[in-house]
Amino acid sequence: MSVVPLSYVDIGLAAVLLFMNAALSLALRLGLARRLLVAGARMVVQLTLIGLVLKALFELASPTFTALAALIMVLFAGREAMARQERRFTGFWTYGIGTGSMMAAGIIVTVFGLATQISPDPWYDPRYAIPVLGMILGNTMNGVSLGLDRLVSGAVVQRAAIEAQLMLGATATQAMRGVTRESMRAGLIPTINGMAAAGLVSLPGMMTGQILAGVEPVEAVKYQILIMFLIGGGTGLGLLAAVLLGARRLTDSRHRLRLDRLGAKADS
Amino acid sequence: MLKIRGLARPGLEPANLDVAAGECVAVSGPSGAGKSLLLRAIVDLDPNQGDVAIDGLSRAAMLAPEWRRRVVYVPAEAGWWAERVGEHFPDPAIAAPLVTRLGLPVAALEWEVARLSTGEKQRLALARALVMSPRVLLLDEPTSGLDPETAVTVESMLHERVADGIAILIVTHDAKQVERLAKRRFRMAKGKLSPAGGEGGP
Repeated sequence: MSVVPLSYVDIGLAAVLLFMNAALSLALRLGLARRLLVAGARMVVQLTLIGLVLKALFELASPTFTALAALIMVLFAGREAMARQERRFTGFWTYGIGTGSMMAAGIIVTVFGLATQISPDPWYDPRYAIPVLGMILGNTMNGVSLGLDRLVSGAVVQRAAIEAQLMLGATATQAMRGVTRESMRAGLIPTINGMAAAGLVSLPGMMTGQILAGVEPVEAVKYQILIMFLIGGGTGLGLLAAVLLGARRLTDSRHRLRLDRLGAKADS
Repeated sequence: MLKIRGLARPGLEPANLDVAAGECVAVSGPSGAGKSLLLRAIVDLDPNQGDVAIDGLSRAAMLAPEWRRRVVYVPAEAGWWAERVGEHFPDPAIAAPLVTRLGLPVAALEWEVARLSTGEKQRLALARALVMSPRVLLLDEPTSGLDPETAVTVESMLHERVADGIAILIVTHDAKQVERLAKRRFRMAKGKLSPAGGEGGP
């Protein structure tokens, strides 16, 4: 059980493939050569830096620095989820709803997984905590951004239907129920698809990585299953919180639909 | 019965209006003058200021859904939230006689909303509001999509309800309809509500 170490020459050889793509783009005038190379260079720099950061974090094994790293990850996830919205809430809520729900869901599920199932010593050992949080956050972010996007566009498109229910004496919760349900569905579908396709269509990245690192396939699969459940839990919790908070923000205490609390349509 | 004092929102200047039980009051005016804004403000669908009360009960003292069950607004183009017509009624069995009264077959309750004509939608939206037995009805162009005969059917039904003691505030462009239905008339221009015609004034 050992990793075959990679030399820088090995990596350089693999990079030839990217240059080949760039050459292809030039030959076919796809206009992608520059973007390909910039993206490739970014990837190398970002991953190298992360490698150094993780190395330092693991050596320190300090709860403060681990928590700080976790916080930064959550903030990046919140920004990313917000950037993917076509129409956003105004003010603090633009960022607050997604980030808040992901933070709560990510922390609850990661701590649950670390404290009761994976049980490293100490439980916050960054070698386990950071990758597990990363996987949970990445998936929760997907679910939350899909769910919020559907909630907001649903409320805009179905305004007449929502207000028709309000006009007949429905509460804001009742009137929003249809849109809320659709948003929850939209946010959960990638998780369901991921679980259904795992092993058949795609070999999950973590499991593949562990196998490459020399772990027994059966052990790697057990880890992957555990992570899948944690991801499912994180996505469900984060999505529920984000959609319910969003639906609340879209209505008010006088049971009105408040589309005026949304900003103008973004281009992205 | 319906008492409005200083009801205002952006696009609507403070409006005062009283509608008595068993009375029908008409509001007319050019498009974009703020007629629908007034009706929306009465049922509290948008943020607004001012006092509105029904039978001496203030709107502010009531939960919004409770208020909207007493004062029901039927917009010119009503929204639908389910696939079939019947799903929009709390109890389709109670709706059946109303639907026939409005010149539609009882089978209309089984129809798909997507296949309704404008006139069918208008009448079904009215039926949907009437089964709530509201004290006040706010109607926005309730017969604009109907042929004259059907419009008369709808009007006669509204007459009956008024005779039973409900109050109606109707927005319409149809001058003849105003004559047939309403004793008092108001005019809305640039967000300002004012009495129109000889018998106007609260």
